[in-house]
Amino acid sequence: MAPNETDDTTTAGEVEEPRAGRRKAARYVVPVTVMGVAAATIGLVPALADSGDPDLPDITAAQLIEKIAQSDVERLSGTVKITTDLGLPDLGGLESGLLSGAAGGEDGEGGSSADPSGRLTELASGTHTLRVAVDGPDRQKLSLLENAAEYSLIHNGKDVWGYDSASNEVYHATVDEADAEERSAQQPPATPKDFAEEALKAVDDTTSVKVDGTAQVAGRDAYRLVVEPKQSGSTVGAVSIAVDSETGMPLKFTLTPSSGGSAVVDIGFTKVSFDRPDASTFAFTPPKGAKVTEDTEQDRGHGDFGGKPERGPKSEEDLAKGLDGLRMLGEGWNSIATFDTGAGAGLPTEEEAGDLGGFLGSLGDQVKGDFGKGTVFSTRLVNALITEDGKVYVGTVTKDALVKAAEAGK
Amino acid sequence: MSRAETVSASVQPRPLWTLGLFRDELRTTFRRWRTLALLGVLAAVPVLVGTAVRIETGDGSSGGGGGGGPAFVSQITNNGLFLVFTALAATLPFFLPMAVGVVAGDAVAGEAGSGTLRYLLVAPAGRTRLLLTKYATVMVFCLAATLVVAVSALAVGALLFPLGDLTTISGTRITFGEGLVRALLIALVVAASLLGVAALGLFVSTLTDSGIAAMATTVGLLITVQILDQIPQLHVLHPYLFSHHWLSFADLMREPVHWEDLTKNLGLQVLYAAVFGSAAWARFTTRDVTA
Repeated sequence: MAPNETDDTTTAGEVEEPRAGRRKAARYVVPVTVMGVAAATIGLVPALADSGDPDLPDITAAQLIEKIAQSDVERLSGTVKITTDLGLPDLGGLESGLLSGAAGGEDGEGGSSADPSGRLTELASGTHTLRVAVDGPDRQKLSLLENAAEYSLIHNGKDVWGYDSASNEVYHATVDEADAEERSAQQPPATPKDFAEEALKAVDDTTSVKVDGTAQVAGRDAYRLVVEPKQSGSTVGAVSIAVDSETGMPLKFTLTPSSGGSAVVDIGFTKVSFDRPDASTFAFTPPKGAKVTEDTEQDRGHGDFGGKPERGPKSEEDLAKGLDGLRMLGEGWNSIATFDTGAGAGLPTEEEAGDLGGFLGSLGDQVKGDFGKGTVFSTRLVNALITEDGKVYVGTVTKDALVKAAEAGK
Repeated sequence: MSRAETVSASVQPRPLWTLGLFRDELRTTFRRWRTLALLGVLAAVPVLVGTAVRIETGDGSSGGGGGGGPAFVSQITNNGLFLVFTALAATLPFFLPMAVGVVAGDAVAGEAGSGTLRYLLVAPAGRTRLLLTKYATVMVFCLAATLVVAVSALAVGALLFPLGDLTTISGTRITFGEGLVRALLIALVVAASLLGVAALGLFVSTLTDSGIAAMATTVGLLITVQILDQIPQLHVLHPYLFSHHWLSFADLMREPVHWEDLTKNLGLQVLYAAVFGSAAWARFTTRDVTA
C-alpha cells in the first residue's frame, strides 16, 4: 500500500478517483452521526423511560389522606433528591464559606463541622442528594452527599452520631431510650413524607384537595394528591404529593408558587426500597484520630436534633412563636404573622447586623401605605414587610396582601 | 481481481500483525524519555503530598482541619490508604490528563513531524488499524499513569502512616482488604475517566504535522474545559464537559456505592471516545501524508 493511499479495505474495488472527494466528506458523517445519536438519546431516553402513568384503581382524596396517615413504613432505604429554589440571591461559594466559617470556628464557639444544626440548613438552597435509611424507631440514618465527602447523621439506639467525612469530625449525643420514640418523631424533615405531613396539617376549609391522576416515582406506582389554597393572595400555587399506591408512603413532594415557574421545593425519592437496611449501615465507631465533639447538654442536643429548617406553610408561625406580641391575621394559607419588634425603628437588622443589615436593606423593595413607609423582602415563597415603626408582617402571601394587612392593622 | 486478492491476503496475518504493531507502539511510547519523565513526575506527587501531611501533623494534631485541600486529605494520618485517594484526587484535575494529552497529542503528529509516519503506512496494516493501535497505546498509558500514582501513593502511605480498617465517607467501616479492592476500582475508574481526553488528543494529533502544536492544543483545550467547568453561568454546558464528573470516583467510597455520577462519567467518556475517535478516523484515513 502506497503511503498516500487511504485505507480502503472496506470499500475496495469501487474506489474511483473522482469519488475520492465525496468519500472524504462522507467519512466525517460518522462522528457527526455519533454526536447526533448521542444527543437524540440524551433527549429521548427520559421521554421513553416515562412509560406513561400507571393504571391504578380510583381513590378519593379522603381515602388517600387516610392511607398516608395509616402508612406505617418501618423500614426503608433510598436516595432523595432535594431541590429548593426560594428565589434568594445566589450566594454560591460565599454562602458555604460563611457556613463553614461559622461551623468550622474550631474552638471559638465550641462548634464542630459535624454538628447537625449547622449542616442541615445547607439544604435550604440548591440541589442536594440525600440518603435515607430507617429501621424502626431506634435506628435511622440520614446522609448528605457532597463532592467526595458526606455528612451522616446516625441514630442507633441511644446514640446520635454526626460524621463529617470532609473534616473527619464527629459529633456525638446520647438520648434516653424512653426518649427515642419521641425523638424519632423529631427527625429533621428530609423525606417527602415529612413535608407531606406538614402540608396536610394545613388542610382545612380554605384548601382544596384532590387526587390528580397517577405517576411513577422511583419506579413505583403512585397517586398524585394535589393540595391547593382556595383563596387568592397566597404565594403557594399548589402542593403536589405523590403517594405510593402500596404503602401509602409519600414519595415526592412538590411545592409550586402561584407566580409560576419552577418549583420552590421539590423533594422526591429517586430510588427507594422497603427492605430492611443492612445492620452495618447504622453501626458507627468514630474513626481513629477523628475529633469528637460530645454534646453533653441534653437540652441542646434535643433542640439541635429536632431543629427543623422551617419551610412548611406554617413555618413562620412556629418560627415566630417565641416572639412576644405575635398575632396571626387572616386564616388558612393567607394567614400573616405580625409582631412588633418594639424597636420603634424600621429595619432593626441594620443596626444589629451592621454591614449585613445594610446589604439586606438593599435587597428589599420600598413600599408606602397608610402605615407609612416600609420595606418588603421577597422570596418566591415567603414575603416579609417591615414598617418604619418596627412592625413586621410575614406570610406566604403576595406583597399586595402584606401591604393590605398592614393597612388594615393600622 | 488481483486487488481483491491482495486485500484478502493482507487479511490473513491480521491478528499477529496488529499485535506486533501494538507491541512496537507500546515499546516506542514507554521507552521515550518524555514518557518516563511524565511517569516520574506523577510518582512524585504522592510523595510530596504524603511528606507534607506528615510534616504538618508531626506534632500529633489531626490533619485536615476544616476540610480544606484535596478530598480525603484529613483521613490520611489515620490510614495511609487514603493517600491513594487523595493523590488521585490531586492529580486527576491536571497532572494526569496533561500527561495523557502529551502522549496522545504526539501519537500521530509526532510521527508525521519526524517523517516516520509514511514508513508506518508502508506496512500493510492499514490506517484504521494503525489509528486503533495508537489509541490502544494511549489507553494503556492512561492506565499505567493512574497505577503509577496509586502504587506510589500506597507505598508512601504504608511507609509514613498506619494502615488498617478504614471508615468509608458514609461512616461505615470496611476491612483493609476491601479498602484495597476499592482503591483498585477507583484507579480503574480514574483511568477510564481519561479516555475522553485521550480521544480528543488523538483527534487533534491527526490534524497537524507538528507534535508540539498537537500537545499544546490538547493541553490548552483541557485547561479551557476546566475553566468553563468553574463558571456557574455556564451550568447548562457543564454536564457535557468531559471533566465535569471526574471527581465522582469518590462515590466508590460511599456505602452503598452511589452509582449515578459514576455511570454518567463513564458514559460521557465513551461518548467522547466515540465522537473524537471517529473524527480522528475520518481525518486520518482521508488525509494526505506527505511527511
